[in-house]
Amino acid sequence: MSNTTSNAIEVRDAVKRYGDFTALKRISLSIKDNEFFTLLGPSGCGKTTLLRMIAGFEDVTEGAIFLYGDEIENLPPHQRPVNTVFQNYALFPHMTILDNVAFGLEMRGKSKDQARSRAGEMLELVQLSQFAARKPSQLSGGQQQRVALARALAPQPKVLLLDEPLSALDLKLRKAMQLELKHLQRETGITFIFVTHDQEEALTMSDRIAVMSAGEMQQLGGPKDIYEKPRNMFVADFIGETNLLEVSVDGINNGRAVCHLGGGHELTCDAVDGVGVGSHVHMSVRPERLYMSDKPVETESLKGRIKENIFVGTDITTIVDLEDGPEFVVRTSNSDRGNKRIFEPGAEMYVNMELGAARLLVD
Amino acid sequence: MAAGAASGGSATTDTYKESRFWLLLPAWVVLGIFVLAPVMMMLIYSFLTKEFRGGVIWELSFAAYDQFFCDRGLFGDEPCTIEWTYIQIFWRSIWQAGAATLLSLAIGFPTAYFIATRPESQRPLWVFLITIPYWVNLLIRTVSMKFLLRDQGPLNDALIGIGLLDSPLHIVNTNFAVQLGLFYSYLPFMVLPIYAAVERYNFALSEAAADLYATKWTTLRRILLPAVKPGVIAGCILVFVPSMGSFLAPDLLGGAKNFMIGSLIEEQFKGNAGNWPFGAAASMILLTMVLIILLIFARQQAKAEKEA
Ligand SMILES: Nc1ncnc2c1ncn2[C@@H]1O[C@H](COP(=O)(O)OP(=O)(O)O)[C@@H](O)[C@H]1O
Ligand SMILES: [Mg+2]
Repeated sequence: MSNTTSNAIEVRDAVKRYGDFTALKRISLSIKDNEFFTLLGPSGCGKTTLLRMIAGFEDVTEGAIFLYGDEIENLPPHQRPVNTVFQNYALFPHMTILDNVAFGLEMRGKSKDQARSRAGEMLELVQLSQFAARKPSQLSGGQQQRVALARALAPQPKVLLLDEPLSALDLKLRKAMQLELKHLQRETGITFIFVTHDQEEALTMSDRIAVMSAGEMQQLGGPKDIYEKPRNMFVADFIGETNLLEVSVDGINNGRAVCHLGGGHELTCDAVDGVGVGSHVHMSVRPERLYMSDKPVETESLKGRIKENIFVGTDITTIVDLEDGPEFVVRTSNSDRGNKRIFEPGAEMYVNMELGAARLLVD
Repeated sequence: MAAGAASGGSATTDTYKESRFWLLLPAWVVLGIFVLAPVMMMLIYSFLTKEFRGGVIWELSFAAYDQFFCDRGLFGDEPCTIEWTYIQIFWRSIWQAGAATLLSLAIGFPTAYFIATRPESQRPLWVFLITIPYWVNLLIRTVSMKFLLRDQGPLNDALIGIGLLDSPLHIVNTNFAVQLGLFYSYLPFMVLPIYAAVERYNFALSEAAADLYATKWTTLRRILLPAVKPGVIAGCILVFVPSMGSFLAPDLLGGAKNFMIGSLIEEQFKGNAGNWPFGAAASMILLTMVLIILLIFARQQAKAEKEA
């Protein structure tokens, strides 16, 4: 019945207000069938609100939500074929693990036996068969998490909603679960909408990411796009680490923007929609896209003095005082030490950008 | 000095043991004086001989229990056959208290749920409003209830006034009036424990159930109720037990026909017509009955828990 041409979820001009406070300011987005889609943003930006509107726990103040072409924003939660993995799991404490997983199947009209046997299969899928007869309180956090996942997947929802499902787990378990989730999504072919405030997690797992801030969508795109071509200051700053330069745009030729720094130093980079000639904007450069040399490699090389080298395992982070700008962070991977130079603190040197590394930001 | 007392292995545990004894002593004394002593007194009195103008003679006698259970004919000289009078009163008491408990549950549960789901800042106000009528003496409340319910009372006047009835509905002096009276007497004891339980309930569980295609009704039955069951049970016990022994509502609202065990006991200690040993025996039987009912309930609860 699912129409392949329509999107799994379409949110159209959705607004959510709590009294005077607007939690979501006219959000529109389309999520494709079979996609691992992530809502990413700092705490309080409205991710949970949007997810709860899709699940049916919050009314939509304005706008519409479609599930495979069917308008659903007025249906009660129990009539929407989407399931949720809750942030604190919300497992039924008085039921066994098996009955927790069987609950949704039973509600969908399966007999108790059918539901239980299918629930057993789901527990096998998440490797918890031996805990079937236990109560949720007798399981560790990671195990409860997997039960919540099995419970939400068991009725084969059209879309699975996950609200920061890994945030309560320790780092190692979280990494393992990230992979497991990704595999589960591939195996089941169910559309996942995943909420997180952890940009690294979002980059690792997602097919596409919607970056949100203060109830507004900032950018939507694949992990590589979002990371390498941040649209504005918020995204550049929130995703990964970045260096920012204040520049004025002097001219645009053949898709290249010619800019200069306060001190007059000239830089060129790709032009960006929304940044015209004469605008004063920021330029973003990722630390790992910079390298250092003792002579200027090109006219654009920025002169500076080494302030500090910090060894961080896989990388060396170098703090540079630019002559013509603010402090810069340069990251050199240890595996690159053969062809990239490291200077002692106090040394004068030049910082160079790799081709296409600089990115102009809207406002 | 405090640090010194707390350090050192065995000395500390000894200190704990000793201070524990002294700290618990007041509780034991209070329990002993206010719970154990009265029950023991009743138990002893029930095995004494009655004095004709109230009071007891200190002479061992089983007459009270004999009177309760045995019918020995008009002159008291026939062999014992079962005396139904008091058993009937008992049965009526259980039945009336049970009905009042169900009524309290039916009204109290939605009330408690309503309060527990108000914004946190409003809840104390609602709890306060619920308890306001109970600042008035129980006797006065019960009399007022009789006034409200009687044939020419405001309730019937209103029902006739709006044309719902042609002639007054007789409520006073029926079983139902007693149930209403008991319900009204003990409603907060139902509402408050359920409110406490619902307030602690994690409503994300209801959302999870709805998310898994459960209707509101199924969610209530399969998720909310099991979670707040301890509060419901506490409420039922707190209404049922005092209802069983109460005498104001049955006396004032039920009339002579709807006599309950509380009234029977009350009469034995009133004025000159009383029979203290018999009242004490009836009290002991009431206590035993209540304990048995609670035990059966607890056992079944434990069994249901095991099966689930
Ligand atoms: N029931 C509510 N009433 C009022 N404000 C709310 C309510 N729920 C959420 N908010 C507000 O809406 C904003 C977005 O919340 P939320 O969606 O939970 O953020 P996130 O999940 O991104 O951390 C927050 O500022 C929060 O305070
Ligand atoms: Mg959230």
